[in-house]
Amino acid sequence: MEPIWLSIKLAIITTILLLFIGIPIAYWLSRKQNIIKLVIEGLITMPLVLPPSVLGFYLLLAFSPKNAFGIWLHRNFDLQLVFSFKGLVIASIIYSLPFMISPIKAAFAHLPQSISQASYLMGKSKIQTFFYVLLPNIKPSILTAAVLTFAHTLGEFGVVLMIGGNIPGETRVASVAIYDAVETMDYNSANSYALILFAITFIIVIGVFVVNRNAVKSPFE
Amino acid sequence: MIKIDIIKRIGGRYGNFELKVNTAFHSNSITRIAGPSGIGKTTLLKILAGLILPDAGTITVDDKVWFDKEEKISKEVQERQIGFVFQDYALFPNMTVKAHLKYGTDDLAYINRLLEFGEMAHLENRLPKQLSGGQQQRLAILRALSTKPKLLLLDEPFAALDAELKLRFINKLIPLLAEQKTTVIFASHHDNEFGEHSGYVFNFKSYGN
Repeated sequence: MEPIWLSIKLAIITTILLLFIGIPIAYWLSRKQNIIKLVIEGLITMPLVLPPSVLGFYLLLAFSPKNAFGIWLHRNFDLQLVFSFKGLVIASIIYSLPFMISPIKAAFAHLPQSISQASYLMGKSKIQTFFYVLLPNIKPSILTAAVLTFAHTLGEFGVVLMIGGNIPGETRVASVAIYDAVETMDYNSANSYALILFAITFIIVIGVFVVNRNAVKSPFE
Repeated sequence: MIKIDIIKRIGGRYGNFELKVNTAFHSNSITRIAGPSGIGKTTLLKILAGLILPDAGTITVDDKVWFDKEEKISKEVQERQIGFVFQDYALFPNMTVKAHLKYGTDDLAYINRLLEFGEMAHLENRLPKQLSGGQQQRLAILRALSTKPKLLLLDEPFAALDAELKLRFINKLIPLLAEQKTTVIFASHHDNEFGEHSGYVFNFKSYGN
């Protein structure tokens, strides 16, 4: 069951880190549009349309200890990202960026401008307004984004395989283990991993439907 | 005295036009901004609040400069000490009635006074979506009063209140405004919004273009 636990661990860590990274970026993107934001948003959305192997390939090149960035990481942070769990986390974060950012950005953009203005007029700073007024009103979207990210990370395959390879206990997550088991004709193992993965993601998706049953509508409708 | 002499170019659903205002409002009094829809009443209130910046001109309040395009002065919205009632109320969906007022002041006695005054004490734990239109409108006014503003700007403030309730509410509002020496400027289509307490009227007219 090690690959399943590794998948869950990777998904939890990725989701938590992406919440901290994604929420500020989503907020920033939801404000006034300009050409720089358009380009950045385009880059963030790329993992949605690119084959995961393309992203994995470039990350592999970037992290490689033979290239400048990889050498720099190794010298300054003693980080070896290729074929390591840390590398998987970073690759997953990049790969799942659009799943975290786009629902949250849409939710921020849908909040009427007047509620922020009402808060500023009460003497509250932008930071106070963000934490007391904006963030609490997009909770359902944050939950949706977090669950999408979690489920998407559980299901990752191409990027993980390119960056992490197939090291038991380190980078051999459930999706890779299934592929590996099928290759060696071990259909029993493949089936048990696949079934567990299916069950977990199905329960999560149903859970979100139940929790969001009353909250799918914006609080303003 | 609030002196305003500004120009703002507006493009919107009422077409493109130039809003030019040059007038003064008396402090510690109530002034109604009158005029037909689309003439810029809401825009003028938002300009006073600092939510919309004019393209040219100056705003001075009791001899302090709030806005001066040429000198590049624009007082922060947060520092203007304004209470603002939006036409769409702009209530916070996540906050109860009481939480709205707590967001503006820590003074519990004052919060209770406001709740009693708006006849909302029994609704203090409700969220905006659990309130009727009239209750939401009263909450928007109470919230604007919670910070004890020097200047209270209201955009069609009593449209959702029935005549009897409006009268009771205004009769309590007037002494509070006098006590806090609040200047009131409000936009309304109706003549006698503040009843016998109505002070000045600023007739917003279009001179064609």
